[in-house]
This record gives sequence, structure tokens and C-alpha cells, in this order.
Amino acid sequence: MSAPTAAARRFLPSSVFGRNLLTVLVALVAVVLVLELTSPFRNSQLATMSYYAIAAVGLTVLTGLNGQISLGHGALMAVGAYTTGLLLENEAMPFPVAMLAAMVVTAVAGIVVGAAAARLHGPYLAGATLALAVGVPGIAIYFDGLLGGEQGLRISSPTPPDWFADAMYFLTAGEMTSARYLAYIGWGTLLLVVLLLANLIAGRYGRIWRAVRDDEIAAELAGVRLGRMRVLAFVVSAACAGLAGAVLAMVVRLAAPSGFTIVLSLALLTAVVVGGLGSLGGALLGSALLVFLPPAVTDIGTDLGMSGVQAAQLAPFVYGVVLVVVMLAAPGGVMGIVRRLRHAGRRARGRGGPSRPAAGKQGVGATDQGGRG
Amino acid sequence: MSKRVRRRGAGIVAVATAVAVIASACGAGGRPDENEGGAAEVGVTEDSVKVGAHFPLTGVAAPGYSAIPTGAKAYFDYVNANGGVHGRTIDYVFRDDAYNPTNTSQVVNELVLQDEIFAMVGGLGTPTHSAVLDFLNSNGVPDLFVSSGSLLWDQPEKNPMTFGWQPDYEVEGKIIGQYVKQNFPDAKVGLFLQDDDFGDDGEKGARAYIDDQIVAAERYAPGNTDVAPQIAALQASGADLVIGFNVPSYTALSQLTAMRSNYEPQWIYSNVGSDPALVGSLLGRFSEGKVTDASMLDGAITTEYLPGVDEADNPWTQLWQRIWDEHGGEGDLSNYRIYGMSQAYTFVQALQAAGPEPTREGIVDALEQVGQDLQGPALVPYRYSPDSHAGLSGVKVVQITGTTTKELSPVMVTDNGDAEITEYTEEHAPPPENGIPNVEPVG
Repeated sequence: MSAPTAAARRFLPSSVFGRNLLTVLVALVAVVLVLELTSPFRNSQLATMSYYAIAAVGLTVLTGLNGQISLGHGALMAVGAYTTGLLLENEAMPFPVAMLAAMVVTAVAGIVVGAAAARLHGPYLAGATLALAVGVPGIAIYFDGLLGGEQGLRISSPTPPDWFADAMYFLTAGEMTSARYLAYIGWGTLLLVVLLLANLIAGRYGRIWRAVRDDEIAAELAGVRLGRMRVLAFVVSAACAGLAGAVLAMVVRLAAPSGFTIVLSLALLTAVVVGGLGSLGGALLGSALLVFLPPAVTDIGTDLGMSGVQAAQLAPFVYGVVLVVVMLAAPGGVMGIVRRLRHAGRRARGRGGPSRPAAGKQGVGATDQGGRG
Repeated sequence: MSKRVRRRGAGIVAVATAVAVIASACGAGGRPDENEGGAAEVGVTEDSVKVGAHFPLTGVAAPGYSAIPTGAKAYFDYVNANGGVHGRTIDYVFRDDAYNPTNTSQVVNELVLQDEIFAMVGGLGTPTHSAVLDFLNSNGVPDLFVSSGSLLWDQPEKNPMTFGWQPDYEVEGKIIGQYVKQNFPDAKVGLFLQDDDFGDDGEKGARAYIDDQIVAAERYAPGNTDVAPQIAALQASGADLVIGFNVPSYTALSQLTAMRSNYEPQWIYSNVGSDPALVGSLLGRFSEGKVTDASMLDGAITTEYLPGVDEADNPWTQLWQRIWDEHGGEGDLSNYRIYGMSQAYTFVQALQAAGPEPTREGIVDALEQVGQDLQGPALVPYRYSPDSHAGLSGVKVVQITGTTTKELSPVMVTDNGDAEITEYTEEHAPPPENGIPNVEPVG
């Protein structure tokens, strides 16, 4: 290791939490800069990305670390979104309270689903959660008096309070538009979730979940209570999905059954897989792809002289191709490639002299082998 | 050890403070006084006006509906080739929302914030468009001619920028109800309804006239393709006339399901669900080739408010055909493309009325003032006024015979609520010679 990096390393906090906190603080500064410097449209895209990302990091913990597949996360987001919608009606309460409530309600739904899921494996688990994804939107249609049926529940999204707008103006000279404010809410929530999950992964529960994923019998022999740990992973993941649903509700201003079809659940799963299963950074990358790729492809198509309809049809096609290529060329996803490059680089350096072993460090950027799940 | 930890903690605080100081140094520190420049209207330049729309171009709702913007684009291209409106060409951008309200909210953000459109023209769908209703109105974007017959678009107090276009489902339900009362007074009527505003508004209209004749009202949830229980219930109730307020795919499904159970009532479908060409292709797909055309729909009753492709002699259809041949893309002229062209025609009228320097407020005012007098491809007038943003005021009842239709009733007009149904006797004016409207600027 070169002298400057070693010197820089000395200034880093030694605890995992401290390191993660530092990373998240740096990320927060980056988020403020990016949001203030980009157009309102990019702000709204980033707000969209934030809710996909919140759900995706939760899903990657469940699928990548605990080895449980879920095709029902879109439905769990629906639970969060509808809860938020009902609680925000007539501005009955401040939005953070509604978000917390949405998280709790979804976590409770997660206990129920998780308890059933803990007994199932592989395709059976996929089937059960698929039923959730198909069934939950039907509830909204059945109770159309309360939940608005097919047309959905209109949601009044929060407007920036004056003190916040003034404070941000003082800091950055940017006007607080509603798109920007919603992006702040989304990214604030996302960073908080990432911080908490990164610590959870690095700690005792993360180890136990990985142990359960890698070898159930060995884990059980070591005294792990399989069922309880599985349900716990599901509940944590569901809570994330609930928060994501809450952010979605406020950003989209509507919770409607057609927004929570199986397509949403599958999109989240592909985001997690393309980014790299089990990695929080990978989940972020995957969600960015979900949000930024389709419009970019459509614009390229239009520039190439395609008609509007053809250009629109190009987007899902390219997304499918990307998914297939990633699966063939890099089954570990984007983070898998990054990891391989880093290993190669370390090996090359390793020949020059001894270096500190970096194994066993877990943090925000920490990744895990994504072979299972 | 603890000393070292503390020193590292101090390091973080130092870094954070430094960042905060730098960030605030970049900032303004306080607000300047309001300054207002006479900036040009969003989306309007010296030589162009940009408008946008959201449509399902991919996914389940794409068949049929994805053709609407191609029709609108062909008409705008035609107008641009002939000098545009007040010297400005119309730049039309439409984006795909796959009929998913979450996507609609994203693409409308893109249209309004990135493409910076002057107005929204013809955004399609009730659940999809309601997701962006507040956004468009709070941003002051004119939201003209929503492609849906829901009553939501007629709330000028709450949504001053939003205007409906096609006859709403309640008006259509009333006219169908009166027709049934006069021509099938002894029929036992069953209703086949989409379980949302579409079905509810249609039912409300129909019940205003034939409440005592209705023996069953069955609802289906869009997305669930099994309508056997609903059709069986209608059959069991003894209904010998079924009125369907449903989308085209459910017209096909209800026909196939009824055929399987030998149920042969007189069918009446709302305009939305009755396009013979689309229903025919859907029937072929759903029956896996066993049914090859829309001949099953022969004899079914529906409504019309625009001259369709089957009326080759109609001067409006001839105009659309000419424009489609010159400026259209692949494929043939269809009723959906005519729908898009007709909306585009109405927008050109509104833009002309808004005057040589159009503003967002101006086009809304202009529509409220002259909207009722606009002559266009539709058989009936619009209801636009300062108190009403409701679209076309009526329909005529027709019967499907093969690929064309036969007139059953004269053109009827009415309004929501208790308003009476009256016959509309004015002659439907042919289009102007050059196919481009000529509306005087307001004020």
C-alpha cells in the first residue's frame, strides 16, 4: 500500500458504524450537490430512483444475503403506498409519521408472509410470493369505496415547509421546487435505510443470514433458529418495501392497482440481479438503470429517426437485452465485475510487497458472493 | 485506544464542518428581491409551439390506443406543411406510459420539466391521467382534451386548466338509456360494467331512463380476463338486452364467453368498446384463430360522434384519408387515427383562438369563450364555457352491420344530471377547403 493511502486510512474511523456513517455523510453532501445542480426533471427522476432503490436494497438483503426469493415486493410497496395515502388524506398527520406507520404496517404484513415463506424453498417460495403480487392489487379494487378501486387513491404530497426552503436557499441559492423537495425526502430516507442495513449486514444478523443461506444444516447445528431468522430477514425487507411505497405514493401522488402489477416486482428483482445480488451498491446501480435507461433509449431511438411508437417499444427490448447480456457475461452483476477487477488489482500489487488483508470488512460498498438465491 | 478513537471522531467533525463551510460559501446567504422579467411563454418560440401527450404505446392497452398519437402527428405535420398556426409550427411529442399511472407521472414530469411543453393535448386514460391532474394544474399547464370520458375533467373550479373532449360516459349512458326505453320497452336489461368511473358513470346515465327495466348489473375488474361468472349471472337473470360499458378487449371476451354458453341477447356497447376492426383482431387472438373477424358483432348497437373510416363519402373522412396518405406512417387509416386527428384539429382551433402571441392562460380563456361555437369533425358541439370544461355533448345511436354502421337514431345532445335529451338538428358542416380551421383570435 502506498504511503498516502495509508496516511489517509489512519484518519478513517476504525468502527464499522463510523466508517459507514462517514460514507453516508459524504453521500449526503453529494446528493445535495447533485440535486441542487440538476434540473427539476432530473430531480424528479432521482426521486423516482430513490423509491426503487429503497425497495431494491431491502430485496437484496432478503435474496442476496438470506437466499429467499420474493416476487411479491411490488405488493408490499402497495401496502406502504396505500397506508400512506389513507393517513395523508386531508393532511391528517405530518408525512414522516405516515411514512413510519406505512413501514410498520408493511412490516406486519411481512411477518405474515414471512412466516409462510420461511417454510418454503425455491420455486414454491417464488410461487407463494407471486400470489401476493397478483392478489394484493385486487384488494384495492374490491374495497373500492375506501381504496379508490381501479382509479386509485389520490395523494396530497407534502409541500416544502418555509424553514426548509429558506435554509436550503441560504446554503445553495436554489429555489426549493416540489420535485426537489420530494427528491430530498426520498434520498434522505434511502441514505438512512442504507446506513442501517449496512450495519445490520456487517453485524451478527448479517453473518447469521449468510450462514443460513450457505448451509442450513450447518447453521442449525451451530444453534441458529432457521425459521425465526428467515422471518426476520423478510420483515426487514418488507419494512424497506413499505418505506419505498410511502415515498412512491408521495412522488407519484397516486396509489393505483395498475401501478403495483407483477411488472414492478420483477423490475425490482432485475435491478437487484443486474447490480449484483447481495450488494447494496449494486441495488443502487440497478435502480438507476431502471429509471435512466428507458428514456435514454427512447431518445436515442427518436434521434435515429424512429417513429415515436417504435422508439417506445425499443426501451423494453434494450432492457431485456441488457439483462440477458449481464447474465451471460457477468452472472455476479455489475458489482461482481467491480469485485473481480479489484481482486485482480490487489493480486498484481500483492506481488510487489505485503499488504493489509482487506477480507472481512463489511461496509456500504461491501459485497457478497451472489451465487445463491 | 480510546484516545485514538476520539481523535478519529474529531477528524470526522472537522471534515463535516469544512464541507458545511464550503457549501454555505457557495450559497447565496439570503434571497434577493423578486424580479420579474417579461419572459416568453414556456414552449412557445418565434416559430414553434411544443405540445405533448402520454399514451400506452407498449403493454396491454397498446392495441388501438397506440394509433391515436400517430393520427394526431399526421395532422400536425399537415398543418406545419401548410404554414402552421400564426406562423408557428406545432412540435408534437408523445411518450409511452404503458397505461401505468406510476409511469405516467414520470413521463409527464419529463414532458413538462424537460421538454418544456406549452400544453398537454390528449393524454389518455382515466387512472393514468388522474395521476397527473394535480401536477398539471398546479404547474399551470393547459391540460386539453383528455382522451377519456370520465367526469373528472370537468371541474373548472378545482382544475381550471383541464378540459375533457369526447362525450362523457354519463351523457352516452343517458342517450343509450332513452333509446332502449323507446325502442325496447319490454326488454329485460342487463348491464356489463367496468368496475370504475367508466362503468359507474355509464350506469348512472342509463338508470336515469331505464331503472325499472334493469334486472342485473355485473361488474368486471379490468385485468381479470375471466368474465364467465358475470356472463353467467346476466344469463341467469333473464336479461335479453345487455348494455356494455367496457373496453374493446372485454367486448371480445364477453362475445366469446356468451357464445360458449349459447347466450344471445341484443348487445349494446358504448363507443369506447365497439371499434369493429380492433374487436375483430382481438377476437381472432383470444379465440386462437377460431373466430377470424368481427362478424360476431353484426347486429350489435353502439354510438358514434365522429364520422368513421367506413363512411368513405363523408368529406371529413376524405380529408383524413388525404392527410394520412400524405403525412401518415405505416398502416391504414383507422378510427383511432381519426380520433387523434380530430383532437389535433380541435387544438389547432384553440391555438388560433388564443391569438398570435399565445399564453397558457390565454388558450384556456379562449376555449372558454369560443369553445361552444367551434365547428369541427364531431357531429355535436362542445360544452366549453367558463363554468364547464365538459367535452362533446352527445352521440347518435348506430347498429354495426359488417364493417360499416347503420344509423338508428338522429344525433342527440344533452348534458350531465337532469338535463333533457334533445335532437341536434343542425347540419354537420364539411371541413374547410384546405383542411385547416380558421378561427378568429379572441379579444
